[in-house]
Amino acid sequence: MKILEIKDLNIIYQGYKILSNISFLVEKGDYIAIVGPNGAGKTTLIKAILGLIDINSGKISLTTDKIGYLQQRFFLNDPKFPANVKEIVKSGLLINKKFPKFYSRKDNDKVENILTKLDIKELENKIIGKLSGGEFQKVLLARALISNPEILFLDEPTTALDPVARDNFYNLIKDLNEKENLTILLVSHDIGSVGKYAKKILYLDQKLIFYGTFDEFCKSPDMTCYFGDISQHFICQRHN
Amino acid sequence: MEIFILLQKAILYDFIQKALICGTLIAITSSLLGNFLVLKKQSLISDGLSHVSFATIAISLFLGLPPLFVSIPLVIFASILINRLGEKTNVYSDSAIGLVSAFSIAIGVIIVSINKGFNIDIYSYLFGSILSISFEEIILTLIVSIISIILLILFLNDLFLVTYDQDFASVSKINTKILNIIIGIIQSIIIVVGIKIVGAMLMSSLIIFPPITALQIAKNFKSMIIISLILSVTSVITGIFLSFIFNLPTGATIVVINGIFFIISFFLNKIEKIK
Repeated sequence: MKILEIKDLNIIYQGYKILSNISFLVEKGDYIAIVGPNGAGKTTLIKAILGLIDINSGKISLTTDKIGYLQQRFFLNDPKFPANVKEIVKSGLLINKKFPKFYSRKDNDKVENILTKLDIKELENKIIGKLSGGEFQKVLLARALISNPEILFLDEPTTALDPVARDNFYNLIKDLNEKENLTILLVSHDIGSVGKYAKKILYLDQKLIFYGTFDEFCKSPDMTCYFGDISQHFICQRHN
Repeated sequence: MEIFILLQKAILYDFIQKALICGTLIAITSSLLGNFLVLKKQSLISDGLSHVSFATIAISLFLGLPPLFVSIPLVIFASILINRLGEKTNVYSDSAIGLVSAFSIAIGVIIVSINKGFNIDIYSYLFGSILSISFEEIILTLIVSIISIILLILFLNDLFLVTYDQDFASVSKINTKILNIIIGIIQSIIIVVGIKIVGAMLMSSLIIFPPITALQIAKNFKSMIIISLILSVTSVITGIFLSFIFNLPTGATIVVINGIFFIISFFLNKIEKIK
């Protein structure tokens, strides 16, 4: 079942073409790794899908409004912000609420449940700015998941995580995709890792270079031409 | 004992009652609003707008029009101008505040120097004068404060999210543009109605001090709001009484009390960290 379709998407920013003629289709239950070099337009693509930036032409149709979003930590780096973990996670419920948006007692239970599920219950009263990188990303994941989204957008969620925390985080996401059939779009520069976890790869470099499964990517002669033999198989991670 | 008798006397005065009502409402609104402005690192806009209100009051006195009614739309305009300059032009946000603020003060000074006749009036707006709050000004303060407080409470959770993470707020279907406009309007209005109590030069302190003081000791966002509300109302009420008893300027007394609160909470925070 189709959950997201992008047709002929073009984005121009200050005279520069950031994304050019992007078209692809996402099915429910897909786990897509969006990879590409710096400046490839990965974050721009996600922001365009979420309606955070204007597009110049093309069509984006998202068939659900149940969206989860986890952005790069860099943009939320205020160690003085006084909110605790419970308050941050609870704010993820606002997407399902109508004006005036007040919380109920049931909402506190939902917070407790999601914190327990992600194994971060002990952090609930900690100030958000005082968490470690791994803890912080799990809290943002809890905030993105608390509203029961059908599609989850993750923008570089493992930047600044150590390798162990990074693998734990990827395993958690993989579980959500496999056990709960949550559709996932993951932006990452971590080309060597995502192949172990995601089902499909979308390689972007201002235009769409490749979209398909990792196996298809691995066997594609076009990709051998584009990346060379070594890089192609480093990305696909199918030969470990 | 003598102070107690003086307090009893003070509360019977009509102008003290008016100041207490207006002061408390302004204290609640400005501290509620201040939490969001401080955390968004936009609290200095309040300082700029306070200075703009000096110019708008000079203009209205010059034209013989009611100062607060004329100032509200002009200060709202200045708030939009500061934001637009920072966002849409080749001017940095903090410089935009400096430009509009300094330009306004210059205009105010020139008008005052041309019209030496209303120097006493302008002084009462510059540094606050609880003695001269008119009936119309009380009604205006009551209406705008209550509307502002209701709006801030209705949008409290939305504002929290917009303040912490504007992108996530947009994804959560919160209209961040409208909310920012509402905040800008409330900020402008509360500055204008507050200048009769604290004065144009010191009004921004009511928006900045209580939240920053609360930030030193708050354990979460909810406690920051509650602490800042308590500190703000306490500082205004205490300031009004102390200024009456010791014959001090009310606005400056309120700011000094806020300063003392800040120093105490700053050291409480340091002590807790050592523990």
